[in-house]
Parts: sequence; C-alpha cells; structure tokens
Amino acid sequence: MRDTPLSNCERLFLLKAIEQKKRLDGRETYDYRNIKISFGSDYGCCSVELGKTRVFCQVSCELVPPKDSRPTEGIMFFNLELSPMASPAFEPNRQSELLVTLNRQLERCLRNSKCIDTESLCVVSGEKVWQIRVDVHVLNHDGNLMDAASIAAISALSHFRRPDVAIQGRDVTVFSPEERDPIPLSIYHMPICVSFAFFLQGSYLLVDPCEREERVKDGLVIAMNKHREICSIQSSGGIMLLKDQVLRCSKIASVKVSEITELINKALENDRKIRKEGGKFGFAESMPKERITTLKRDEVPVEMTDVKETANDIVNSTETTTEAVPSPVLVGMGTAQIGEGIVNSWALEEDEEDESQTEDRKTDEVMLISDSEEEEVVILHEEAQKSTNTSGEK
Amino acid sequence: MDTIHACFKEKIGEVLLPGDVFSFRLPESGDGSIKSEKIICGPGLRRNGEEVRVCKSGILRHKQPNMYWIDSQQRRYVPAKGESVIGIVTTKSGDVFKVDVGGSEQASLSYLAFEGATKRNRPNVQVGDLVYGQFTIANKDMEPELVCIDSCGRANGMGVFGADGLLFKVSLGLVRRLLAPQSEIIKDLEKIFPFELVVGMNGRVWVKAKTVQQTLIVTNLLETSENMTSQQRQTLFKRVAEGSL
Repeated sequence: MRDTPLSNCERLFLLKAIEQKKRLDGRETYDYRNIKISFGSDYGCCSVELGKTRVFCQVSCELVPPKDSRPTEGIMFFNLELSPMASPAFEPNRQSELLVTLNRQLERCLRNSKCIDTESLCVVSGEKVWQIRVDVHVLNHDGNLMDAASIAAISALSHFRRPDVAIQGRDVTVFSPEERDPIPLSIYHMPICVSFAFFLQGSYLLVDPCEREERVKDGLVIAMNKHREICSIQSSGGIMLLKDQVLRCSKIASVKVSEITELINKALENDRKIRKEGGKFGFAESMPKERITTLKRDEVPVEMTDVKETANDIVNSTETTTEAVPSPVLVGMGTAQIGEGIVNSWALEEDEEDESQTEDRKTDEVMLISDSEEEEVVILHEEAQKSTNTSGEK
Repeated sequence: MDTIHACFKEKIGEVLLPGDVFSFRLPESGDGSIKSEKIICGPGLRRNGEEVRVCKSGILRHKQPNMYWIDSQQRRYVPAKGESVIGIVTTKSGDVFKVDVGGSEQASLSYLAFEGATKRNRPNVQVGDLVYGQFTIANKDMEPELVCIDSCGRANGMGVFGADGLLFKVSLGLVRRLLAPQSEIIKDLEKIFPFELVVGMNGRVWVKAKTVQQTLIVTNLLETSENMTSQQRQTLFKRVAEGSL
C-alpha cells in the first residue's frame, strides 16, 4: 500500500511553524517525547514507546563455532525489521533504503562501539562461543525510529541473561535456568542514538522529529553518546553543516543521553527488584489497568398481582415462634438467665440457615438471581498509579 | 400494521453486533389488509431475503419517517458516490489528475471538471495541492472519479484550495458530527476565535486561522474532542478561550 503523500500546504505550514519555533504537538525544540520502557517476562525482552513510535526487541543466544579470524570472541548479530503494521509504506520482504540505513546504523552503534565484551562470550576457544542475536521489530512508525531502536536494543541487552556454563577439560556443561542462575552480559557502556532534524538549509534544528516533521526535513545528523564519548555520527541527506552546529548538537546529545541512560537504569532496577521480591513482572503488569467491567441490566418487571395472597400464605404456613420467657431467672449474685440455651448450631449446614431467611423476605424487593461471574464497575485508577510496574516514565 | 417498525424500535439506541437479525414473518394470507411498508436501510444494515441483517457493529439510529442505520466508528474511508472529500493531487498525467483520497485506489479527476475550464483554459493545479470534490463514480469494481463541479456547472465551494493552513486526519465519526446541521462542536469552536474550516468525509480536515499558534490550537482541540463528552469539551474550550485572550 502506498503511504499518504505530503501535501504542499502541510509542508509550508510545518516550515512556517518551525520558523516560529512551534511544533505540531506543542513540544519545545529540544524536547523528547514521552519515553516508556517495559520489560517482558523473558530475559532480554524489551518494548520501548517514544510517543507513538513503538519498538520491540528480543535478545537470544546460541552456542556456535566462532569465526576463523577471531577464535576467542563471541559473535553479535543484529537484525532490524520494519513490520507492515508500523506504516502503510512498509511492505513485507522488501529491502527499502530506510531498512538498510537503520540496520547499518544499529550495527555501527552497538558493534563498533564495543559496548559488549565479546571476549567474555567465549566458551572454548576456537570451538564454541556464544552468538548473541538482537532482533528489533518496529511496531508503529511515528518518527525517529533510530532512537527508539537503539534504546530498545541496549535495554534488552542489559536485561538479558545467558545460561551458565561449566568447562571441565574438553567437556562443556550448559546449565538450564532452573539449575543455575543465568548470568548477565558484561556491558561496558550504553551507546544511545540521538536524532536531529535540520530544516531550511540548516538554519533550524529539532530534536526527536515526529513522522510529519521527518518528511519535511533536509538533513539528519545522528550522534551517539554515552559518558560524553561519541560513538558514531551519521549525516544523511547531503546537508552542509558548520562546525559549531555539529558541536552544538553533540552538547545537546550528551545532555539527552544522560537523561535517557538514567531512565533505562531506573527501569532495569525496577524490574530487578520486582523479580527478586517475587512479584508479577512482564508486559501484562506494565500496562495501566483502566478496566471498566459492568453488567448492565434493564429493569425487570415483577409480577405483583397476587402478592397479597402469596404473602398471607407464607405467613400462615410458617411455624409459630416459641413463647417468650416471662421473666429472667436469678441464678446467682449478678447473674440471671433468660430462657433456655439453644442448641449449638455450629455444626449445621449453611443451606438450612438460608432457607429460613428467604421465607421472611418481603416480596416487593426484586431479587437479582444471577450466577454471572462479572464484577460490578471497577475503575482501578489508584491501582494503576501505585502498581509496581516495571516501566520507567519520563 | 407496523410490525417492522416495532421490531426496530425496541433496538434504537442499543449496540448491535454483526450477525444480529431482524426477521419479519409475513402475516397469514387470510388477513385482508396488507399495507406495504417501505423501510430505508442505511449503512450497516443489509437485506437478506425476508430479514434484515446487521453487518457492522454500532448503535442503531432512526430518522423519521422510515430511515434506519448503524452508527459505527472507523478511521478508514471507503469511497461512496456523492460524498465530498479532500484529496491530495499525486500525479498529473495528460488530461487527468490522480488524487489520493485515503481509499484503496487513487481517484481520477479530469482537468475539465473545474468551473470555467476549457481545453485552452486549464486549471492551475500542481502536484501536492489540495482539492475538494465530489465522487461521481465510486463503487468497488471501478476506479473512483472525482469532480469539482456540480450538475449545473458551478463550483459551489469545490476546487483547489489551501495554500496556507494545516491538514490533519480524524476518525469518520467525528467528521460526521462536525458536518451535522447543528453541530455543537463547531458552535463551541466559533466562540474562541475566527478560522476557516474545510471538512472532507474521508476524515481529512483543513484548518486555517490568523496565526500559526491559533491554527495549532484549533487542530489539537478538534483532535481531542473526539473522545470527550460535551461537558468536558465545553470546559476545555472555555479554558482555552480564557487563556488565549
């Protein structure tokens, strides 16, 4: 399917708004959209929401023979997929330029920056090493896929745990998660992409462009930073930039990256705490539970014509009550007894007690006899706020 | 004898699901007076022999004297004849423009279908412009066709527009509410500040106000008023009106 084309008036309006420093959703020029990171119940499963852009990442591992040129290093494999549900412009099994660019950028970001210690992934040198596979799926495209993908990838890698191995001579034993706790990967630092969009020949700059802004932009610089160290810079679109513009971008990026890294660490910490306490974790818990379950039933008309006769019959057929004891009997000093004690009724079945109660019920009260298991209206706002979710919110 | 009306009447205002059936049993032939009733089944209702089936989920609505339809919510537009939509011109090939209207096919718009257009006097339409037109042909077997002219040859508000302003997309339900004769949303919006508004039945809305800030305000208000009750909407608009003064 084709994507809706951008009309001239939208383009002009966006450029005019940017000249006046206004964005469509009311953000400032250096503002990111709301970032939400949540982890699944498996280790290495992470979902990131950047405004409406949604990206999902899963990390898995496998024992394979290493590359001939590097027998003591593990292998990292990155794969990014643009799902057709992300945008009508994405078609399945089609190599578009965007896909190639994103894949290449993700690889450079994570592999060339050496953020993961590949030597620690080696099990038997020259024979068996761990291959870590990072799969990123784009679920919804509302601009700035690169940032969301890099945040998802590095969060998932930090969250992932690989199985423990024991080496005795030439025998390698891989323990399942039940036998021994899985080990986290050794990650040196967290490289994160920050996207900038330039407009009108580089005069105006925006951070975190949304989808419509992305269509109008001239050039795009992606700088990646962790502890104020640039991991990679990419400029696309053929735009000419001045030196001080690039420096300014890198300063902005360092601020943003420290904020995002703090967010990721908080989310990881939350998840770790919940798992340790034995609470519920996973995607289901991190969704807000604004649930309205109601059973609406219309008023039921009740047949009331022979109520009086039925009531009289019921009253007449009930047993007469026992006579009241006239006066208390003095037993001792300060103790009196009224009537005889009744039989201990604790051993009775509950049905007998109910039957005696229903007979006395008035007939003008409409009884709702339903064995439906649905609850009444439940709006769990307070639960959503104080729920122990695993997401970090910005 | 309005058994049919009675059948429908008890369900007006209720949520119906696809597959619900209204079946009318014809009376015995011994009955002399058989009045024929005419019922107009609108969108979401389909006749199937002697019964009427619901094919979209939504609320059953009724308009006097005999019109019934299902009010459903969706965002994807399906071209229908006679509806006025906002389209974006994608290509100009020879005598025909190809216009994207949000459906599965692009609609074609002839260059002669503008007011005052002749073979010598071509309309000034570029790729990427917005056009407001009506469908003359829109069925599932053929490519839809737009015209920017009515049956008398007059433009009647249709044609190319919008050098300024902002185009955005809303759901079809909100568009119908905006286009209703006495729309409350429009009345409330008018009180805030003056603006120009073009509403297409394909869910596209074009807004232009005096400044960029005002245009953005109107856009955001329209987008959010989709899921609000009229009470919440009025409080929100009042707050905005006070803030902008």
